Amino acid sequence: MSVIAEYGQIFLVLACIFGLFMAWGVGANDVANAMGTSVGSKALTIKQAIIIAMVFEFLGAYLAGGAVTDTIRKGIIDPGMLADTPELLVYGMMAALLAAGTWLLAASILGWPVSTTHSIVGAIVGFAVAGIGMNAVNWGKVGTIAASWVVSPLLAGTIAFMLFRSVQRLILDTDNPLANAKKYVPVYMFFVGFLISMVTLLKGLKHVFKDSGFKLSFLESMGLSALIGLLVAGFGIYLLRQLKPVSEKESRFANVEQVFAILMIFTACSMAFAHGSNDVANAVGPMAAIVATVKTGAIGAKAAMPGWILLVGAIGIVIGLATYGHRVMATIGKKITHLTPSRGFAAELGAAGTVVLASGTGLPISTTHTLVGAVLGVGLARGIGALNLRVIGSIFMSWIVTLPAGALLAVVFFYFFKGLFS
Amino acid sequence: MPSANPFAILFGKSPIKPMQEHMAVVAEAAGLLTPFFEAVIANDWAQADKVQQQIHGLENKADSLKKDLRLHLPKSLFLPVPRSDLLELLAGQDRIANRAKDIAGIMLGRKMKLPKALGDQMLAFVQAAVTTVEQSLKAINELDELLETGFAGRELDIVETMIGELDRLENQADEMEVAIRASLFELEAEMPPVDVMFLYKVIDWVGDVADRAQKVGSRLELLLAR
Repeated sequence: MSVIAEYGQIFLVLACIFGLFMAWGVGANDVANAMGTSVGSKALTIKQAIIIAMVFEFLGAYLAGGAVTDTIRKGIIDPGMLADTPELLVYGMMAALLAAGTWLLAASILGWPVSTTHSIVGAIVGFAVAGIGMNAVNWGKVGTIAASWVVSPLLAGTIAFMLFRSVQRLILDTDNPLANAKKYVPVYMFFVGFLISMVTLLKGLKHVFKDSGFKLSFLESMGLSALIGLLVAGFGIYLLRQLKPVSEKESRFANVEQVFAILMIFTACSMAFAHGSNDVANAVGPMAAIVATVKTGAIGAKAAMPGWILLVGAIGIVIGLATYGHRVMATIGKKITHLTPSRGFAAELGAAGTVVLASGTGLPISTTHTLVGAVLGVGLARGIGALNLRVIGSIFMSWIVTLPAGALLAVVFFYFFKGLFS
Repeated sequence: MPSANPFAILFGKSPIKPMQEHMAVVAEAAGLLTPFFEAVIANDWAQADKVQQQIHGLENKADSLKKDLRLHLPKSLFLPVPRSDLLELLAGQDRIANRAKDIAGIMLGRKMKLPKALGDQMLAFVQAAVTTVEQSLKAINELDELLETGFAGRELDIVETMIGELDRLENQADEMEVAIRASLFELEAEMPPVDVMFLYKVIDWVGDVADRAQKVGSRLELLLAR
């Protein structure tokens, strides 16, 4: 208790710094994957992708990031165990942030595939087991999170598969693909707008407007989302009108792909939004726990999620993207040039839909792995020239390495802070 | 830079475009048989030598494209069509260029003269074989559209129609082959026997070019059959 009173200000400042560091790592690593598909299929230039990512990552983090943050903050650890020693939670969460951030930085430099979600979950579990005891971890919750890492790529793959099949049936495999593309693509756009608004209204806004008493019923949310979806589709139709036919010398489907490129602008926005809502929590969840503990001097009562914390996370992601993420994006964009817009859209929407739904339930999932699952789904629908199945192995490796690495680093930092302040 | 980024290495090199590039080179090599025979008939051996060099160069290029593509098709790749069928198709394409090289090589090496009476008939026959190869190139060039529709539906019908036309052209070349053999049979008594032997061989090989072009079509059909 006295420790918190004594060093409260320092803890707050450190929490902000470490939270920013972690968010920077998310922006540098993960966002590039989320946006790489759009860049690779030439639907967006790198510059456009970065601007979209900045705006929509920010919105996603701020408007819909609350639920996942709660899970990271309270779901993994049983706070009751720490009631007498709140400072341990502060050390632990600082250690987790620093550990995950350090691990991400090292991995970026060495070029290893890592998942921000896995590293933060590993770090929190690590400090809890080492610093407090096996019982401090809510193993049921951790199990659910781990299961969702397997389930989410499968779900995304299924959605992407079905989306792409629908594109084949309705558009590509018809007498007049171009006319059908112009007819059906706005429907997909409506779907994007509806999905995003729905999750935001149902799950996100309660964290933003907690105090103002602003509430919508489920039906009201549906109506408003449908309205937003229609607006989005309308804007899409306007953009489609601007299209100029290109020469079809290379492929009879060149003009059709152009229509999908417009659609991909929308799915890219949704991908960034989904990513912001899911992954920003990795950085701000522990931060929120520290802030709440310092402010109240105890763990327990459900602390409100201050808007400014989400803001810090969102800013950190944008900085990460601006300083380092664009380089990663360029690399990935070059690697996946034969992902055409009609495929990329299905993959992105499948992944974004899955992530957004998961954010709604508060489960932290790995955006990158979800996207990989979605791409495989499109591949199963015979939509991609060649996919490298060895990657699945490397992803499993990244899980196996990232979890203990995050945990170990967290334990080291935890004891360091404990020795420093107590 | 994240070289091991799972997303960056998820996408393999698509074999579709390289397949088409390979076939384009093969068709170019086979297409040169027409100027080659024109030079032979005109008794212009310097020109024949030049064209033979070009055919040889193109055949080499096709070979290296083939090797390159094979290296990029490891077993771990997940392809929309069976890998074995794709490799069979590639080998089939390559055989066309090989045969074109054989024809030019043996005729230049032996300085084979065609009997005057056979000249026009032979040229028409070679042209028929080349047309067959061009038709098979057309079918192979549909591969990227096929990928676009997921190897299904209407695009399949388009390719089927092309392969039907390919079969028709090959039949035509076959009939010309029978006719030209009959013409040669009439003349063979007045010609040196060894020359006649080799001329039969060349006729056989020109027929092979058309035949192998047709086989590319059948292999493409196998690739698409589910």
